[in-house]
Amino acid sequence: MSEFKFSKEHEWIKLEGEVATIGITKNATEMLGDIVFVELPEKGLNVEKDGTVGVIESTKAASDVYTPVSGEVVDINKSIVDDASKINTDPEGNSWLFKLKIKDKSELDSLMNKEEYDKFAKESAS
Amino acid sequence: MESKKTSLFNLHQKHGAKFVEFAGYQMPIQYKDGIIQEHKFTRTKSGIFDVSHMGQLFIFGKEDLTESLEKIFPLDLKKINLNQSKYSFLMNDKAGIYDDLIITRIKDGYLIILNAACKDQDFKIIKEKLNNKYDMNLNENLSLIAIQGPDAKNVLEKIIPNSNKLKFMNGDNFNFEDTKIYITRSGYTGEDGFEVSINNQKAERFVELLLENGSNLIGLGARDTLRLEAGLCLYGNDIDIKTSPIEANLKWAISKNRIESNYPGSSIIKDQINEGVKRLRVGIKPETRVIAREETKIFNDENQEIGKITSGTFGPSVECSIAMGYVENNYSSLNTKIFLEVRGKRVPANICNLPFYKKNHVKGEINV
Repeated sequence: MSEFKFSKEHEWIKLEGEVATIGITKNATEMLGDIVFVELPEKGLNVEKDGTVGVIESTKAASDVYTPVSGEVVDINKSIVDDASKINTDPEGNSWLFKLKIKDKSELDSLMNKEEYDKFAKESAS
Repeated sequence: MESKKTSLFNLHQKHGAKFVEFAGYQMPIQYKDGIIQEHKFTRTKSGIFDVSHMGQLFIFGKEDLTESLEKIFPLDLKKINLNQSKYSFLMNDKAGIYDDLIITRIKDGYLIILNAACKDQDFKIIKEKLNNKYDMNLNENLSLIAIQGPDAKNVLEKIIPNSNKLKFMNGDNFNFEDTKIYITRSGYTGEDGFEVSINNQKAERFVELLLENGSNLIGLGARDTLRLEAGLCLYGNDIDIKTSPIEANLKWAISKNRIESNYPGSSIIKDQINEGVKRLRVGIKPETRVIAREETKIFNDENQEIGKITSGTFGPSVECSIAMGYVENNYSSLNTKIFLEVRGKRVPANICNLPFYKKNHVKGEINV
């Protein structure tokens, strides 16, 4: 997972050309519990780094979805809108949340790599 | 103050419980399977709930105890048989609810099951109202274990023979490995089930046997989704000191022939029954999968605020978003369209019947 970067809001981002795929980490799903509903941004929306772009509801609580970088929403994952529980089963694979055409590649530099994130997740859990 | 642990704490830990602090106790919110699986397991098989944080108040006394308790609870206690249970309330003079409870007539007295967060205050209030005349004991040496679901009767029968002969809302004494235990056929999930009052030292062993016979431990998370699907109130959310049983649509729990007699709040209850109330607790179904949690504001189609949600979740068995709340009386009829304000947006919703989930009771044998 070396090409993945991670945010402090427990999101992962994977860049392919100019398009970034964004989802939440397995660790995040374990903290959230059973996910029952997801609200994602509209296609075409321009979002700013660290802004709120959606909501994930679990049986326990509602949590905001943030975007780790700025850009234009070019796709959303319809399959998880129809069945949000899929996020629990494959959060770092097929159950990505949305795709962005990114504005500034350098915004990724401030994000964590896998090793840094694992350490961060472990520390924030305790 | 350090939080308390129930006698099953180590067992919960062993089974991978995630803990939360609830009413001063470290309680399991869920285990490894998660809330939805635990919920469904209870609806299809049987689930074990540690409810030892709840108060088990014993009151013993002579003949006049029943009369004294009728001055506190809106129940026809004289008509309650030995080992019979009733749902009731402890109220203030304004008919506000201090606590909701289950009272059972036992030998020489009564056993009252109280909510954990309310039990110490309840004890003081009841003691004062009884003028300190009776032997009262909030027994901390006993655990309380609920076993709920369609398989509950079969699982329990293997450990406690004849327990499946108990009728709903009735209890009795049984023996478990030379220890006396008290079992009632009751619960708070909308399923058939039992609540077992058992000595702390024996609780873990008893639950181990339930587990060996195919039951699973279920956390407070699923307990909440189960009770909400069953349309049952959670004290502190759906009822509290500012709501009356009539507003909460719990009139059925007030004994008919006590409506004219005296107990705390009786004159207000009587007025509310005769003249109606301004707001009522109702079932609410959002039209989308959005969850409307407690404190969500309710509006009519003219943008006027008409009430508030008190409990809301995703119902794993009914597979949709469900909620309860209070609305102004003229919006309380079935299928009335209302709007819920969730994250700044108005979500259409409808007033619906409670419970959301109704069991298909199978009575007697099926002939094939």
